[in-house]
Amino acid sequence: MQQIIFFFIRNKNFLLFAVLFIIALALTIQSHNYHNNKFISSANLVTGGVYTVRNNITDYFTLAKENEDLLQENLMLRKKLSQYNELNLAPTLDSGNIINKFEYYSARVINNNYSKTKNQLTLDKGRRDSIKRDYGVISSKGIVGIVSDVSNNYSTVQSILNTKSRINAKLKKSSHFGSLIWNTKDPNIAQLIDIPRIADIEKGDTIITGGRSTIFPEGVLIGTVKDFHLDNDDNYYYVNIDLFNDMTSLEHVFLIKNNDAIEINELEKRVEDAE
Amino acid sequence: MQSNDILINIVRFIVLVFIQVLLLNNINLGGYINPFLYIYFILLFPLDGNKSLLIFLSFLLGLSIDIFEDSGGVHAAASAFIAYVRPFVLKYSFGVSYEYKSVKIKKADTTEKITYITSLVLMHHFVMFSLEIFSFKHIPLLLKSTLFSGIFTIVLTMCTMILFNRKSK
Repeated sequence: MQQIIFFFIRNKNFLLFAVLFIIALALTIQSHNYHNNKFISSANLVTGGVYTVRNNITDYFTLAKENEDLLQENLMLRKKLSQYNELNLAPTLDSGNIINKFEYYSARVINNNYSKTKNQLTLDKGRRDSIKRDYGVISSKGIVGIVSDVSNNYSTVQSILNTKSRINAKLKKSSHFGSLIWNTKDPNIAQLIDIPRIADIEKGDTIITGGRSTIFPEGVLIGTVKDFHLDNDDNYYYVNIDLFNDMTSLEHVFLIKNNDAIEINELEKRVEDAE
Repeated sequence: MQSNDILINIVRFIVLVFIQVLLLNNINLGGYINPFLYIYFILLFPLDGNKSLLIFLSFLLGLSIDIFEDSGGVHAAASAFIAYVRPFVLKYSFGVSYEYKSVKIKKADTTEKITYITSLVLMHHFVMFSLEIFSFKHIPLLLKSTLFSGIFTIVLTMCTMILFNRKSK
């Protein structure tokens, strides 16, 4: 017994270090796993508060660019509205009966990183603003990421610039599907893989979200084809995409709630369980 | 440790965390190079201080950075690691004078100081980036990040040391 106690006393530094190192490793591994990185995140009161204060200050420096972006968006919406009016829709629908499939919320980015391999953003909206996990996040220019964790007032977003992200995307002109990933090299360039060889693809083609997931609606802009080549087994294309979004300067974003998501997921789960 | 030392270290801890998360994490030189100055706390922790305490405090320091950065526990692991190996690094960088407890990091010989800082910084960065990247596919990226961020951190640490050394005289 005495020997054991002496052993502990003699090696107390090493043991302390080993325990702490294992805790840190566990936290790291846990954070690599998308569906339970819930233990430690910047979506808590202290860090969220600090980032909000910082943003209240730094917001002023980007006001000019923000205004420019808003102007552009207004212009685009105005154009759409005029096209819509020209359509002259049939007799008024009973708007009370139409339930929108997608609902939108707006939020401000209070922390954004893009220099690591697994990047996250922090937003200033949380559970109290009815934000939940797995909501899609876009900006006025295109796709940003997916909500990965929520606290009462803040939420964290797994950015598309994250090696864990895999988002369903397609070619706008031919609707061939693939997955959007990121190879960590350049925050302005993402990759589209698994596009079948048969697809007719050219430089400058537009890539949009595919609408096969329950997270993003179909047709959210992603980017344009920069270059492409066949991958190792010659059956699929590996496409580099110039993102429309400047992921290094995001200020205001929109969150998307899919009202049918729960129903779809439950149904799919039931089918899987039955098999 | 005297009460003065305790106060200085508490202040240094807090100030370094804030400088790191609010300023240094946003530099992104060349797209991905950031200095990690917060380990300055571990480098300058009093040599006669309690070693277990240092390991624990380093873990907390790293964890604070992790919480702000959403990076799991990579900084905590790397910081605890260099806190644990610090006595060995001290021994081989300062040699005999460390054994006699007569060395003062700030006033030590420049070559010895550089050996000490470089070893700890590179070890810290290597552990941190391997955990963060966590894949054998990206070994070139790991080495590149370690080297460039390491140089940046070393330069910044030396500058900070010189800056604050002069003031205290």
